[in-house]
Amino acid sequence: MKKVVSIVMSLVMAGAGVVNAQRVVCKIKGSDTCLPLIQKESETYQKKNAGSSIMVTGGGSGVGFAAILAGTTDIAMASRSMKMDEKLKMNEAGKAYTEKVIAKDALSVIVNPTNKIGQLTREQLEGIFTGKITNWKQVGGEDLAIVVYSRETSSGTYEFFKEHVLNKKNFGPKALLMPATGAIVQSVSQTKGAIGYVGLAYLEKTVKALKVSYDKGKTFVEPSVENAKNKTYPITRPLYFYYLKSSEKQVGSFVNYLLSAEGQSIVLKEGYIPLQ
Amino acid sequence: MKRKWFKIIEKGVESVLFTSSLTTSITVILIVIFLFSEGIGLFFSKPIDKDSIIGISKQNTVSKLSSAQLNHIFNQDLTNWKAFGGKNDSIQLLSINNIGDYFAEEELGSSFENIPNKINEFVQKHPGAIVSFSKTYMPKQFAGKLLEINNVGVWEFLSGKLWYPTAQPVAQLGVLPLILGTVLVSLVAILMALPLSIACAIYLAEVANSKIRNILKPLIELLAGIPSVVYGFFGLIVIVPEVQRIFNLPVGETAFTGSIVLAIMALPTIITVAEDALRSVPRSTKEASLALGATHWQTIVRVCIPTAKSGIAAGIILGIGRAIGETMAVLMVTGNASTMPSLFAPARTIPATIAAELGEAPSGGLHFKALFALSIILFIITFGINLSVSYVKNKNKSN
Repeated sequence: MKKVVSIVMSLVMAGAGVVNAQRVVCKIKGSDTCLPLIQKESETYQKKNAGSSIMVTGGGSGVGFAAILAGTTDIAMASRSMKMDEKLKMNEAGKAYTEKVIAKDALSVIVNPTNKIGQLTREQLEGIFTGKITNWKQVGGEDLAIVVYSRETSSGTYEFFKEHVLNKKNFGPKALLMPATGAIVQSVSQTKGAIGYVGLAYLEKTVKALKVSYDKGKTFVEPSVENAKNKTYPITRPLYFYYLKSSEKQVGSFVNYLLSAEGQSIVLKEGYIPLQ
Repeated sequence: MKRKWFKIIEKGVESVLFTSSLTTSITVILIVIFLFSEGIGLFFSKPIDKDSIIGISKQNTVSKLSSAQLNHIFNQDLTNWKAFGGKNDSIQLLSINNIGDYFAEEELGSSFENIPNKINEFVQKHPGAIVSFSKTYMPKQFAGKLLEINNVGVWEFLSGKLWYPTAQPVAQLGVLPLILGTVLVSLVAILMALPLSIACAIYLAEVANSKIRNILKPLIELLAGIPSVVYGFFGLIVIVPEVQRIFNLPVGETAFTGSIVLAIMALPTIITVAEDALRSVPRSTKEASLALGATHWQTIVRVCIPTAKSGIAAGIILGIGRAIGETMAVLMVTGNASTMPSLFAPARTIPATIAAELGEAPSGGLHFKALFALSIILFIITFGINLSVSYVKNKNKSN
């Protein structure tokens, strides 16, 4: 009898122990850029902390912000910071939130491997993506029409590229809007005159990444984890977590895990850029 | 006694049948009403966010701008008021998303209470100013004047050639490229699928022996069961590079590529329905034709096909329906550029647009309504096709 009681007691204690250890139950929604990273992070986290259940879904940064505003997600992951009008909406709804940078990502501009062009300035990129430059001849390449590939409008990558490379101008109407980053890589690899942009983690040998200059052609920098880390590569962006201050207790331990040395080592392994 | 019971049961079954058909019709009608009530709202709203205002400096002589003109301003294509009939002043933009370029976030106050003052300050300082803000942050005494903006017009919507539904602050809602893209892609798809599928149906129903048919029929039906995203992926990896190589195009994601994929997808639908129709031609009719001395081919062409005409037409409608409404496969292979379509250039279709953008569009907003208006157009197109086919069918019957 005593034995049974002690077993039951220890079970209860164990159960309580699990609760005390970080048992996180939450939903994460938003950026497709963050999706593979956060999925990997949540998998390893759940393996270490039994009883945790983290649901990660994509859809685009804007979708994540809309969801946290509507209260259907606990954490919004984003590949761009919250826009002013989104901040105002959160403010109007009386929702105080915390913004955390969890990792960084570099966007690389890719072309077909047969393309002779190896580097472009920001001004040239702006001309190409807004549709003012239409032939590779105009930037020193061969006589070949440029085919511009972009992500769909719901993508945070689309917004970030528009803001930081196109100087807030709209993409040209001839740009091909692809439903996924993988589709851009596939299309650029099989289209001779193609140009597109993808996160560093998506770079493959079937496409060529361009060196980019943000100082009107003085220095051209190659996109790589190293160059993004030492801040010489210009098209780098932080990846964010947004969560309500009121749910800090609920999600805090997962966020801390992400920022820990172990979480950041996964960041590097998955092809993103860890915070220092 | 027994008869009485039967009658009651029959009545019961009848009423069950009646209610189920009634519910179906009501559901369909409700969906249509929902579609229209959401979509029509577009034409009662302005092409800017519901709570947004656009203001300019008081000295400015311009008082009205079209949404296309505003697009030029916020796209920084035109940077002088002279282009709009105003004074020779360069245009100074201030909006919620670039306010950080002019004022530090601390200046705006912890809960942004200083924004109204900053807007006034900006408008007074720059004679060429144009500001766009949410009404909440509108200063109580606005130092500038508000710009008049017209509602989205039906004609403007249907004939506009620019589709930038998320452009800030003024959305560009022109759907002509999307309508033409949809029509072009599905029309070419059906033109490709029709001869092939009718030939296949005739072969299966009349020519093939049972052994071959037993192999071919399940195979074709299997084709109908493949998810459309698989077709899309196949198209992207196999058909896109081939189209590009064969026609020597700069890009392989074209309307034509979409048509090929859609044609493949429409095949099993048309074949299955048309074959069933051909096989249900009464044996006596065929035998009468053969007995009169007609050959096998004459019987097929002169007797079987005319008799099965309505069934074949039904197959075609279903095929077209599948082609026009198909989303995922088209989204992956046509490139989705919203330019005026031509066969060998990228095109964007209505279903692909709705699928790609509805997740992002805030419910009840302008973009949301515009997507519903698009689905009304899609509905009208398919409805028109159904009507015309049934008209043709009835005409043939009366002859």
